Amino acid sequence: MTDERAPEPLTAATNPPLQPLPSNLLASDVVKASATGDLPAPERQLTPVAKLIDVSKCIGCKACQSACIEWNDTHPDLEENTGVYENPHDLTPDMFTLMRFTEYENPETNELEWLIRKDGCMHCADPGCLKACPAPGAIVQYSNGIVDFISDNCIGCGYCVTGCPFNIPRISKTAHVSKKCTLCSDRVAVGQGPACAKACPTKAITFGTKEDMVELAEERVEDLKSRGYDNAGLYDPEGVGGTHVMYVLHHADKPSLYAGLPDDPKISPVVRGWKGPAKTVGLAVAGLAAAGALLHGLFARPNEVTPHEEAEAEELVDETRPEPADKEV
Amino acid sequence: MAENRVYSAPGDEIETKHPVVVSRYRGFTRLNHWVTALCMIVLLISGFSFFHPSLFWMTGLFGGGQTTRWLHPIVGIVLVASFLLLFLQMWKLNLPRREDVEWSLRIGDLLKGDEEKLPELGKYNAGQKLVFWGMSALIAVLVTTGVMIWEEYFPHLVSIPTRRIAVAVHALAALGAILIFILHVYAAIWTRGTIRAMTRGTVTGGWAFRHHRKWLRELAGRRRTDPSK
Repeated sequence: MTDERAPEPLTAATNPPLQPLPSNLLASDVVKASATGDLPAPERQLTPVAKLIDVSKCIGCKACQSACIEWNDTHPDLEENTGVYENPHDLTPDMFTLMRFTEYENPETNELEWLIRKDGCMHCADPGCLKACPAPGAIVQYSNGIVDFISDNCIGCGYCVTGCPFNIPRISKTAHVSKKCTLCSDRVAVGQGPACAKACPTKAITFGTKEDMVELAEERVEDLKSRGYDNAGLYDPEGVGGTHVMYVLHHADKPSLYAGLPDDPKISPVVRGWKGPAKTVGLAVAGLAAAGALLHGLFARPNEVTPHEEAEAEELVDETRPEPADKEV
Repeated sequence: MAENRVYSAPGDEIETKHPVVVSRYRGFTRLNHWVTALCMIVLLISGFSFFHPSLFWMTGLFGGGQTTRWLHPIVGIVLVASFLLLFLQMWKLNLPRREDVEWSLRIGDLLKGDEEKLPELGKYNAGQKLVFWGMSALIAVLVTTGVMIWEEYFPHLVSIPTRRIAVAVHALAALGAILIFILHVYAAIWTRGTIRAMTRGTVTGGWAFRHHRKWLRELAGRRRTDPSK
């Protein structure tokens, strides 16, 4: 192994370097970590990367799913066919990406459109999962934009599920850790693009710097518009600060057509409130109450029974006649 | 003899007359109380460790984050079962009574040490009743929202938007429970002579005379007499 670090990958299509190279995605490249205060400023800024999924080019072959399973060495259960195209039925702890199929009757053209969207982690710039996570360092974001789950730190509580605006994380029933697409962080670390992008036969999935991918998307959108898709556009939602997995959609005005892709995803205000002011205020209130009780306990006069009251009690007990003899008095 | 009790629970009785010692809690109730207390402490510590990152280190007390995540809801269920038993034993004497209003309005006199200005009370004062009903309500909220966010066994019980609300309400209710817990422990310590009611099971006559005179009167009136009389 040479000392030279792997180059940052610029595409998924080119062949990777053949010589073994040390990882180029370092702990010091982490810019955000769950349940962790201020991180030291990173020494370098990696080039932001992105995966662009061009829905208009997708043929629904599921090669990306196969590549994902193979690379990540997951073993999704064999399931029953329930009469839908999705296989497996949903994202699972062993299936990080899933082709979702929608049959859409376009009222304008009266034509049936088969909308196929590759679902999976969007790698938000402002990740809801990371915000919600209570375990320090279980969810990290690198300066190239990849949001990764560090299973060693994960406690399997499922808070990331409540935080995610896209319903992506799934908790393993066996390992009790949360799982999702890593954007193949382990491949990117050694200069390779994600497995799904590499496997895609129609180049519906491409990978590169975010800048390049936005540029490519613009070309594609222009092309789609020239073919009559007036509402074609790029899905890079602002509500979560933009994403590092983006879609080219023919109906970018209605993202929810694509198997419920959120029209305007953002971290829920409930999650923001719970994870924001509620934490600090709550801790302060509990702390003040405990401290106040302690101080009052130390300095205030206790509520003590006097010997006089003990005597009064004896008198009361002696003088009170038991019920059966009550009549005499 | 019919159980004509208004201010006392079965098992409450005057044990000795010179000096007066009154039994307040049976052994079962005390054990029940301490099991609940232990559960509550475990829940507070483990819950706090998830509540704020600065307290996450406390998961180490239970063997790490994974174990704490597993343990917290299970102890929660034990607490609910245990508290339910306490509830069944205590709810009747915790129903509000007329004198609770005046007692609450004169709470300042109590803190100043002029307890004799307050009305005579049965087994519980309004503060104790607040602790009882407050805890009962909060535990009901905590177990309901807790099951909704119990990832291990109920991952799909409620929708994700509902789960977001449940997790926030769970945290708020827990905060309320902590405040009541502090009030409860504090009052038991500040009011000297109280803790022995939950350890030995008895209180002195003077304590009963000072704080729960109606309760003492009722017990004095019910003293066992020789059946041959």
